[in-house]
Amino acid sequence: MDASLIWRLVLAVVGVPLLLSGYIILSERFMKKRDRRSGNLRAVFWLAPAFILIIVFYIYPTITTTIMSFKDANSEHFVGLENFVHIFTDRNMLIVLRNNVVWLVVFTLATLTLGLVLAILTDRVRYESAAKSIIFLPMAISYVASGVIWKFMYDYQPQGMKQIGTLNALLTALIPGFEPKAWLFDTQYNNQALILVGIWMWTGYAMVILSAGLKSIPTDIIEAARIDGASETQILRRITLPMLAPTITVVATTLIIDVLKIFDIVYVMTNGNLDTDVIANRMYKEMFNYHNYGRASAMAVILLVVIVPIMIMNIRRARKGGANA
Amino acid sequence: MRKRFVSRFFLHLAIIVLCVLWITPTLGLVVSSFRPKNLIALTGWWEAFKSSFQFTLDNYSHVLNQGHMGTSFMNSLIISIPSTVMPIIIGAFAAYAFAWLKFPFKEGLYALIIGLLVVPNQMTLIPVLKLFNTLELTGSFPGIWLAHTAYGLPFAIYLLRNFMQDLPVSILESASIDGATHAQIFFKLVLPMSVPAIASLAIFQFLWVWNDLLIALIFLGGTKDVAPMTVTISNLVNSYGGGWEYLTAAAVISMIVPMIVFFALQKYFVRGILTGSVKE
Repeated sequence: MDASLIWRLVLAVVGVPLLLSGYIILSERFMKKRDRRSGNLRAVFWLAPAFILIIVFYIYPTITTTIMSFKDANSEHFVGLENFVHIFTDRNMLIVLRNNVVWLVVFTLATLTLGLVLAILTDRVRYESAAKSIIFLPMAISYVASGVIWKFMYDYQPQGMKQIGTLNALLTALIPGFEPKAWLFDTQYNNQALILVGIWMWTGYAMVILSAGLKSIPTDIIEAARIDGASETQILRRITLPMLAPTITVVATTLIIDVLKIFDIVYVMTNGNLDTDVIANRMYKEMFNYHNYGRASAMAVILLVVIVPIMIMNIRRARKGGANA
Repeated sequence: MRKRFVSRFFLHLAIIVLCVLWITPTLGLVVSSFRPKNLIALTGWWEAFKSSFQFTLDNYSHVLNQGHMGTSFMNSLIISIPSTVMPIIIGAFAAYAFAWLKFPFKEGLYALIIGLLVVPNQMTLIPVLKLFNTLELTGSFPGIWLAHTAYGLPFAIYLLRNFMQDLPVSILESASIDGATHAQIFFKLVLPMSVPAIASLAIFQFLWVWNDLLIALIFLGGTKDVAPMTVTISNLVNSYGGGWEYLTAAAVISMIVPMIVFFALQKYFVRGILTGSVKE
């Protein structure tokens, strides 16, 4: 590491916060001299650093990308809906879209269900926090490292050879006559194999949130039901699940937003080959391999359009929360 | 009583089986990373404890010296630290305004922040990359610091504003009556009182940046001397094919810092996740 790099690092970690603090202190001093009633200017000072970045990195790019999605590969001429027509008709693109739908459904449902089951189960034992830590751990691991971990799990050697991948070794040992599978290459299983990595990573998240929701349900309601002779299944179906519904919605929306953008797992493990491509990885290829900015932008726009309903829902919920506060 | 015993037994069994399933992949990776090259390719990692009991640090010294992992580790730190500090301070200013100042369009601007929380980064990549190319920020640390700062801002503002809004009004009002300026209230009262929220946010943002692949791939442009570990490892995966001895060691190195953060600060991490998703 050379000296200029250290200098820049110090500048970024110490200098920038100092500079920003100085800016706020100076602008407050400026405000003091002026008419105290002009509070609007004060808000501008406090919000400016954030909103300059938001305009440069969000507002301007979002508008530009939308415009580019209606233009050709080099953004020179308008081509109408051509990029979108291509995405929704081309055979390979349809596989990409199909994969995203499969990810969306399988990943979201499996992660939610497993998270819920684990939240309910661990709630009943004394070693709850230890068990939860183990399940939650993959949340701290990067997608890239998880990709390596699972590529190793899925390792395949031809039948008769010694299996060093855990999954094939386990299955050949347990099931007599089981033929080892090339999990990441066989188009029958490879998408599921990738999705499993996502489930492994995110179940801990679903469990932690649902577990917190579970603990916020007043125990006296459940006790009362139990005294009235309700079975555990009835309590689960009639009390626990309905009262958890808002939390389940929050977890589901977070999972959906995340899974729509899924990129790293696919990029690292298969790079989208053998019918495993997804929108975000394909968009990356359109950008850097095919240099087709029109199609890449159109794919981003599709992602955004799918997310807009969730966005509106979130804004409405935040508004409601704000009114209560 | 017997029925209760049986159901308790199956409860414990289910939890233990799931925990074993969850820890096995990571365990296999960590064990393998310490095994000699010739053994990794021949026998499963679970056999490491059975027969020969041979372990080595060779894989680590190789990836650190020849595999660019040493440089990449430093790069990951250089990228992550400013990218954590900057959105917190800038986000805190905006959060303070949203929580405690009165100004027109406040509701609308805050709704915009909530909306941006879920806007996919993909929507912004091409124009920002073009802008970076023009400004010659591509492949430089300041460029990726700026990008991560901006992409972290909506969540930073959201989380800090939620926390700051719940601070006791009385303390701030009495400070204001005593003639304290907004800058004094912010730096002497609000910021110190917000430490729990800032801690959660810092862990979150740090792990997010540390584990990020996409932003680094796009804005650092694949240059080796600035590549963080995620980029280096994904290149290793593509070029080495089956070189498990190096891949496993490289992956473990990349996991060390998140693991320390996770185990040392789990409380704040979980609290951050809960604030981010449950509280509105």
